[in-house]
Amino acid sequence: MDPAELLAAYEQMAVIRRTEKAAHDLFLQGLVKGTTHLAAGHEAIAVGASAALRPDDYVFATYRGHHHAMARGATPEECLAELMSRATGLCKAKGGSMHLTKAATGMLGSYAIVGAHLPMAAGAAWSARLRGTDQIAVAFFGDGATNIGAFHEALNLAAVWKLPVLFVCENNLYMEYTPIADVTAVPRPAADRAPAYGIPGEVVDGNDVVAVQEAVARLAGRARAGDGPALLEAETYRHFGHSRADPATYRPAEEVERWLKRDPLDLARGRLVEMGMPEAVVGEADDRATVAVRKAVEAAKAGPAPDPREALTDVWADGGAAWRT
Amino acid sequence: MADVISYREAVAEGIAREMRRDPTVVCLGEDIGEAGGVFKTTVGLRKEFGPERVWDTPISEQAIVGAAMGAAMTGMRPVAEIMFSDFLACCWDYLANEIPKVRYMTGGQVTVPLVVRTANGGGLGFGAQHSQATENWAFTIPGLKIAAPATPADVIGMMAAAIRSDDPVVFFEHKGLLATKGAPPPPDHVVELGRAAVVREGADVTLVALASMVPVALKAAEFLSGEGIEAEVVDLRCLVPLDMSTVLASLGRTSRLVTVEENPYQGGWGATVVSVVADEGFALLDAPVRRVAGECVPLPFADALEEEVIPTVDKVVAAVRGLAAY
Repeated sequence: MDPAELLAAYEQMAVIRRTEKAAHDLFLQGLVKGTTHLAAGHEAIAVGASAALRPDDYVFATYRGHHHAMARGATPEECLAELMSRATGLCKAKGGSMHLTKAATGMLGSYAIVGAHLPMAAGAAWSARLRGTDQIAVAFFGDGATNIGAFHEALNLAAVWKLPVLFVCENNLYMEYTPIADVTAVPRPAADRAPAYGIPGEVVDGNDVVAVQEAVARLAGRARAGDGPALLEAETYRHFGHSRADPATYRPAEEVERWLKRDPLDLARGRLVEMGMPEAVVGEADDRATVAVRKAVEAAKAGPAPDPREALTDVWADGGAAWRT
Repeated sequence: MADVISYREAVAEGIAREMRRDPTVVCLGEDIGEAGGVFKTTVGLRKEFGPERVWDTPISEQAIVGAAMGAAMTGMRPVAEIMFSDFLACCWDYLANEIPKVRYMTGGQVTVPLVVRTANGGGLGFGAQHSQATENWAFTIPGLKIAAPATPADVIGMMAAAIRSDDPVVFFEHKGLLATKGAPPPPDHVVELGRAAVVREGADVTLVALASMVPVALKAAEFLSGEGIEAEVVDLRCLVPLDMSTVLASLGRTSRLVTVEENPYQGGWGATVVSVVADEGFALLDAPVRRVAGECVPLPFADALEEEVIPTVDKVVAAVRGLAAY
């Protein structure tokens, strides 16, 4: 990344971080119902990967997917409006935090059943190949998904069909509330499994947006050239607990401290300064992010509630929900 | 084309007609390629359309249906085979949580035009894990269309409608009907989903049946005719969309209702048909309704035991006699 690209990536991460903070605050104010699975701390993976993808590539994410949705073109206002159950939400308030989707920009969904979307990404990659395009598909998932059957089925199918798909594991060390190491037979839950499927398995610093961009660019190029799938394990850390109900008190204080010192925004800022970017310019990016998210919160709050009649639309392609002729 | 076509051949013919018409139709499943399918329902497809349109998969039901979903979301019309309908349980997440919900929970952004084909039902002595009639499983989930043809012509016509559908369709091919034969339908034969057929007219009682229970109901009707009871037989053909108007119209003529289901009584589709009749057509009835359904046990192996569990002509005849005398 050149300095301008890195500054843009930094600003995008700053917008995502502030949106996550806003989601947290709005939840505490009772304006966001249900739950949220915040991705603060994971921003470099979504932003770095997106910087390496084309607009027509496909992305599939998990219930912890706010950052992917925004990195792939969803605005903070659309996302926050969805969380606040407004008709102006990304999914017309039918999806909620766990299902942020913006198909028009290739963000093909956030799926809340762990591991379910890995075969879908393989299918989207298969479709690209069948249609003769050189699009690729990317599935982002957590370390917990590596112990799900669909993970293994998707990897094998993608490998044996040589599909242009990247499997990107966000290893934040915890499978919900439990250390992934306690429930997994190998130390690298994703990368260590790659040899079993005969595909590359790499590990990258998931808090370094430049390292993620470079790794994804390389593996995406490989997939686009017809050389098949790859597995990238990005090491990172959640700033919050698993979900809003989880204060994450099970995590050792020194571990939390160690990882917070490696905040992906701080790392990117450090890289920018090293490249000679004036601090003031980086500060301006922060200010723009702050203003953008503040405006997004106000705009989302002002959105109307959904018309209750909308509950009976969008089941079928004709727009309706009729089960009888 | 020959003068007759088997139900089994009709499956491949129905798929082939759509593959010729639409290059986005592709097939995937276990053993469907050179082998032509474990039930020989995909014979000839690999030869005609090649390996880029007919894909053998590993034994990975989640990958099969999950990949079909991803492909359907991105411009293809995949036809996925799950060999035995019992194995739908292995990819149940996709059928229960992913495929039927993605359009709704994305606010209508995503369309999933796929077909999941599967061999359903008992009668062949395959034992408890290869013999179930599972259409009632799918029937519990809003967002899936459900087709279950009873004749070769319907297989072809409903396959066309299922593949052309912009909504996901679970297509139940009945194992017990694979060897049955019928007239091949003309080119571009399409049977719209959600249109039941009155396959026998009668004034005394309405038998509502699906798939392999249609010939059972027809045989029972012929037998009852000898006793002076004329049964009207309605082949539902689809569970979603469900054609209740044909059922209610038939009841208007007969005033008596028997549903004939292979699936277990508990949670079977007949309960929904009966409940709609109770809600909307109670005044049409001159007698209680009856459901002839599978027993609520796993399917046993031995023929004598299986017959005890699955509806038979005799059981339908007995149920109708009881109602006729009411």
